[in-house]
Amino acid sequence: MSQKKYWQSFGEVNESEQFAKKQQDEFREELPFEGFDDKGLLDAKAPRRDFLKYLGFSTAAATIAAGCTIPVKKAIPFANRPENIIPGVAQYYATTFVQEGDVVPVLAKVRDGRPIKIEGRPINIEGADSTMLTFAGTSARVQASVLDLYDTHRLRFPQQRVGTGAEARFEEVPTFEQFDKLVADAMQSATGKKVLLTSTINSPTTKTIIAAYPGLEHIEYDAVSYSGMLLANKASGFGTALPSYDFAAAKVVVSLGADFLGSWLSPVEFAKGYAVGRKIDEKNPSMSKHYQFEGYLSMTGASADERFVCRPSETGLVALALLSAVSGSSVEGIKDAKLKAGIEKVAADLLANKGASLVVCGSNDVNVQIVINAINNAIGSYGKTIDWGKPVNYRAGIDSKFEQLIVDMQAGTVGTIMIYGTNPAYTYHNAEAFTSALNNVKVSISFNERMDETTERCQFVIPSHHYLESWGDAAPKAGVVSFIQPTIYPLFKTRAFQTSLLKWSGNDTSYEEYFKKEWIKDLGSEAAFNSVLQVGLQEKPTPVSTGSYSGAALAGAAQAITTAPAVTGTELIVYQKASIGTGTGATNPWLQELPDAISKATWGNYALISMTMAKELLDVNLLNGTEKESNNYEYYPQKPVIKITVGKKEIELPVLVIPGMQSNTIAVALGYGRSEKLGRTAAGIGQNAYVFTSRTDNGTVYNTVATVADAKRKEKVAQMQIHNSYEDRVEVVRETTLATLKKHPSVIPDYRHHLEETYGKSKDGLTTDFRSEGTLYPTHDQPGIKWGMNIDMNACYGCGACVVACHAENNVPVVGKSEVLRFHDMHWLRIDRYFVSDANNPDELKGVVFQPMMCQHCDNAPCENVCPVAATNHSSEGINQMTYNRCIGTRYCANNCPYKVRRFNWADYTGADSFPNNRDQQLVGKLDPVVEQMNDDLTRMVLNPDVTVRSRGVIEKCSFCFQRLQAAKLEAKKAGRPLQDGEAKTACQTACASNAIVFGNVHDASSAINAVRANNTNRSYYVLEQLHVLPNVSYLAKVRNTDEIIESDTHHAAPAHEATQTQAGHH
Amino acid sequence: MMSQKAALKHLTAFLFSLLILSVSISSAQDAAAGKAVFMSKCASCHNVLKKATGPALAGLEERHKWADHKELLAWINNPAAYMAKDPYTQGLKAEYGSMMTAFPDVTLQDVGNLVAYINEAAKPVPAAAAGTGDASQGGDNQNSVLFGIISLLLGVIALILMQVNSNLKKLSDQSEGVVLPEGIPFWRNKTNIAILSIVFFVFGGYMVAKGAIGLGRQKDYQPVQPIYYSHKVHAGINQINCLYCHGSAEQSKHAAIPSVNTCMNCHKAIQAYEKGPKLFDEDGNEIDGTAEIQKLYEFAGFDPNNSNKWDPSMAKPIEWIKIHNLPDHVYFSHAQHVNAGKVQCQSCHGEIQAMDEVKQVSDLSMGWCINCHRETKVQFNYDSTKGNKFYSIYEKFHNDIKSGKMDSVTVKDIGGLECQKCHY
Repeated sequence: MSQKKYWQSFGEVNESEQFAKKQQDEFREELPFEGFDDKGLLDAKAPRRDFLKYLGFSTAAATIAAGCTIPVKKAIPFANRPENIIPGVAQYYATTFVQEGDVVPVLAKVRDGRPIKIEGRPINIEGADSTMLTFAGTSARVQASVLDLYDTHRLRFPQQRVGTGAEARFEEVPTFEQFDKLVADAMQSATGKKVLLTSTINSPTTKTIIAAYPGLEHIEYDAVSYSGMLLANKASGFGTALPSYDFAAAKVVVSLGADFLGSWLSPVEFAKGYAVGRKIDEKNPSMSKHYQFEGYLSMTGASADERFVCRPSETGLVALALLSAVSGSSVEGIKDAKLKAGIEKVAADLLANKGASLVVCGSNDVNVQIVINAINNAIGSYGKTIDWGKPVNYRAGIDSKFEQLIVDMQAGTVGTIMIYGTNPAYTYHNAEAFTSALNNVKVSISFNERMDETTERCQFVIPSHHYLESWGDAAPKAGVVSFIQPTIYPLFKTRAFQTSLLKWSGNDTSYEEYFKKEWIKDLGSEAAFNSVLQVGLQEKPTPVSTGSYSGAALAGAAQAITTAPAVTGTELIVYQKASIGTGTGATNPWLQELPDAISKATWGNYALISMTMAKELLDVNLLNGTEKESNNYEYYPQKPVIKITVGKKEIELPVLVIPGMQSNTIAVALGYGRSEKLGRTAAGIGQNAYVFTSRTDNGTVYNTVATVADAKRKEKVAQMQIHNSYEDRVEVVRETTLATLKKHPSVIPDYRHHLEETYGKSKDGLTTDFRSEGTLYPTHDQPGIKWGMNIDMNACYGCGACVVACHAENNVPVVGKSEVLRFHDMHWLRIDRYFVSDANNPDELKGVVFQPMMCQHCDNAPCENVCPVAATNHSSEGINQMTYNRCIGTRYCANNCPYKVRRFNWADYTGADSFPNNRDQQLVGKLDPVVEQMNDDLTRMVLNPDVTVRSRGVIEKCSFCFQRLQAAKLEAKKAGRPLQDGEAKTACQTACASNAIVFGNVHDASSAINAVRANNTNRSYYVLEQLHVLPNVSYLAKVRNTDEIIESDTHHAAPAHEATQTQAGHH
Repeated sequence: MMSQKAALKHLTAFLFSLLILSVSISSAQDAAAGKAVFMSKCASCHNVLKKATGPALAGLEERHKWADHKELLAWINNPAAYMAKDPYTQGLKAEYGSMMTAFPDVTLQDVGNLVAYINEAAKPVPAAAAGTGDASQGGDNQNSVLFGIISLLLGVIALILMQVNSNLKKLSDQSEGVVLPEGIPFWRNKTNIAILSIVFFVFGGYMVAKGAIGLGRQKDYQPVQPIYYSHKVHAGINQINCLYCHGSAEQSKHAAIPSVNTCMNCHKAIQAYEKGPKLFDEDGNEIDGTAEIQKLYEFAGFDPNNSNKWDPSMAKPIEWIKIHNLPDHVYFSHAQHVNAGKVQCQSCHGEIQAMDEVKQVSDLSMGWCINCHRETKVQFNYDSTKGNKFYSIYEKFHNDIKSGKMDSVTVKDIGGLECQKCHY
């Protein structure tokens, strides 16, 4: 028996009084009334007379503004309407998201010529073989990529740097012809070799073009290197490549610091496969087992069943110990008893599931990866969960090649360098070496969408297309090609970088023509090409010489690992957020405002530190400290700042204390601290953590020894989690272990039964109906459709793709850091993160639960009956409707919502107001420049024309994507048939890679939503069911695959019991 | 010999009866049904008397092999296939620049009906009298004026009587010797002032509220458009189907104003406004229809004297003035109403086929929408043969109809009054 506790913040876990007080205010902010109590009304800053004057003036002004002139609107039709375009009807094009080697096949929704939304490409498209590709999901970055297209800071024309030193600036080159001539002349005069530096290229046609360029040396460089893996695979006999991983086939998944659900290699694909093993069939409950060894709490680690902390530098030793354990020897070299026991347990589990387990490692150290390969060989993963028959092309950069390039550049043997899709001046561990070497190259050309740190140091800049404007192809795996087709004519004077290569190598065709010609040649006919484009995918199983495992390099690798000096003191590891990635997401407002899965912080980076370190270094005692201490840390957004020093480099960052960290490890996210030239979104936010990466003989290293010191000051961190509180109601999250579920399967049904018995009995006591008897209100007819949603928390890993999808679909505004700090975030859908820990020791992390939370569309909604103007009410389809034009902004509904999902437009974030100056709030707070950027005419092109853009002073919230439901119903009506299950899908549902969200008509007996609820009666629950608000969103309880039996779970069955617990100090 | 004669007689009788039969068949061909087919399928490109996008159809049986309806049917069903081995129709394509649209669902019966209609329509007929619809409306107006006058008269009479009454009372009081206080003039009478102010307050409040409600509404809005385009001429006199130009009304939220190339489909051939009634604008100035067509040519970049050289890609869009405007927070879908709801265009846009210049007939207020949603019946599938199968899921309504609890399903019943049906 064990005690556990669910908590979102340290204020909650330590139950401070101030925190409790704060929770009682829905909008915790003082109203800007001044001088009310001291000087009397007349002396106040805004006295009564002034108030009346303003009132009179504004009434008159509003009347005049609204009444005097009605603007003449024009309706301008096409001059020649294209045959396949119907104004107002969206079209979907199969295309492919490509970025730094990542490949995600997508569908782009194009409305009246503008791409406005990215959807996961369904795999059931005719002609696509679902066995080969496990996509049809998206990530937050894929969802947000459509906003990048309309970024106001994109480069708009080719340019050339003139002047030197401080005088240097870029000047427009009027035409591509002039640009080509300038470049040709420059290249002519430059001696030395020509080098093309790119991120990993996995486009077959582009590779052909590069190969055909005479004398061009092609070097691939990845911002975060997988060089260690590539070389280790070569040393293990497989060639310099990366295999396909089949997480769906793995019953045991072991990850040594690999964040495979968030950032490692191909998270969308892995999340989809991983979810297969995580979903539970209740009749025969079983699920895959996931072990994670890591130094900080990663998004993937948060989903692990069992997590063991180790120092990042210990990864090699852990791998070696695991290898020796799976080979039947004893575990050596691990001092920590818990870790050692963990390794033994993992090894036993791996051996018990030979051929159905998988070990992955995030280290870039060749030796560590060689050991990992040896483990995978020992447990029979090759051919089962690791497929060398389909090597993936996501990453190909080799560290040493890039280093050689810098040496060559420095030596002056490189005459021309062309850079595409990579940014070493920012991402390279020794950026100064790269930039100074770049100055030694006569001709430097950048093909880039933005003026990033590398591009601003080049002489020639020729902007490239956004992927939604491009033709192209991408081969994620051997034998699979996903196509890119344009969805909009290029917005600016941009050109495909392949066209430049073709032109400069003497081929006068454009890449568009070249690409088409090559593929028509390959596929046989234009018709075949068109049909492949429509599907977006082409599969041609190609035999790959797989190689076979060789342990030759193992001894040396093991030797190198064991002889490496042990690290003491503080260690720093850099990591990638699922949103910002290596820094590519930094320019995207949606991604900046997406809360990180673990820290729930937006707009910036910070140092994640352990509770022990917080106590020792900053004297912030959250383990068993006083109330004041946790208040000081948790209540205010100002967080203590630490100074991190590595060698000569030092930066200062605010800290966030996270449970479950290795006590001497701090973690910092990459991608921040960007150049001003990248735009208002990226600039001035966070610090660049790439300076902490370094290079050893075994590859680029992402962890290092660091000195940390208290900087004795504080800085604000815009966190979101503490904005919304359930005031200690425990029925919000239901989480259990597999063993408990097997032993006590009916905890949730019992609780429901208890509610029915207590509140659902009719007056005569003969019938039981919780729905009708539990309330004074009458029940309402729902004669047609009734919408319902189910979320499987076992398949939610907190990636945030749904949150960004919701932003894009529903025109949810971006508010900026200062507004997030004032609790004014506007997310309709948030992912609540709950730590599950031992009741007495919050650092003893047992697991993390991610709970997507949006409007629950309660059939007995508390928000509806408090609205004085009936702006929110219920539809006959079970939807809690929000009518913006009726709302007068009392916010009573938000106050009365038990789920805290209603959002108020505190300012004119969207520019929808009739008065243009409404955004200008000098009195109570200026809005960040990013709000202005989102209101640019260009950026506003991303708005969904089917959804109202809300103005200041109204409440908004999740609508179940009502516009999509209406569209699906209309399609069915037009065809004169009933609505089919699966026709109406919400944006969050289609975004989810792991299919955690099921949506549909509950009145349709054969619908998926009914099936999922009926098949999971032991896990299916409604949040705060006892309030009798009758939500239409159900959840499936989170299950951790451990043997722990949680007896205390039964306390959910009796609210009275819960009350006594709360009284006792802990619930 | 006899037998031969008899056989001949029989044969003659047989042929004669066949002839009669065929005549009776041909007379059975229904010109009215033919008109329906013509309007729905042919009218967008063909005119009976004039060349349009396609040739004039009058006297078509005299041309080519069209006297044989089977030939005609083959051509209509699949022009591409027919044309492949037929030089006459190839010539037509060359002449008119485009091939006829295929109508694979047209039957031989339809062709017969069509030809019957065309033959009938080709005969000169006296122009039908128009404007019968106005009389009743005029009557309505007259009635209200009449009522107004009567009320006013009655009011005046009541006032006079009251005055007479009060004077008589005064006289009788005087004669009876009752001493009266000095009379207060009626404008200083507090009762009168109070009543008057209440009346003003109520009336003023009513007017202000009404005015405020009406802010931003533009019923009867009739802007001057860049081209004097007469719906009366197109949709009324020439009977062009609304969907020929506003085709996306069936599929999209927008009915969409046709692009220039849609106009040019017909106006490449129709280069002058002849024959039709004289056109006048709102102020009574006469409009030269041919000059208006010339304006279209300017937008299209079309030279009527050199029509073969026209390059449609050089056309400029026409900036029409939008008449029917809804606020941004209202979602309105034409497809929902026209296609799913089978609502006639005229229900909201008025007698558009009688308007020269279009004006907004409905006030497009929420009350107006809601009223219609209250009254309009949906295409409910009352039984398996009728209505839209979408509604088959409304089990409760089906049961209620069977048991007689309700007799029809309105938009309101399926949630048509709920806020989020239009505001999201």
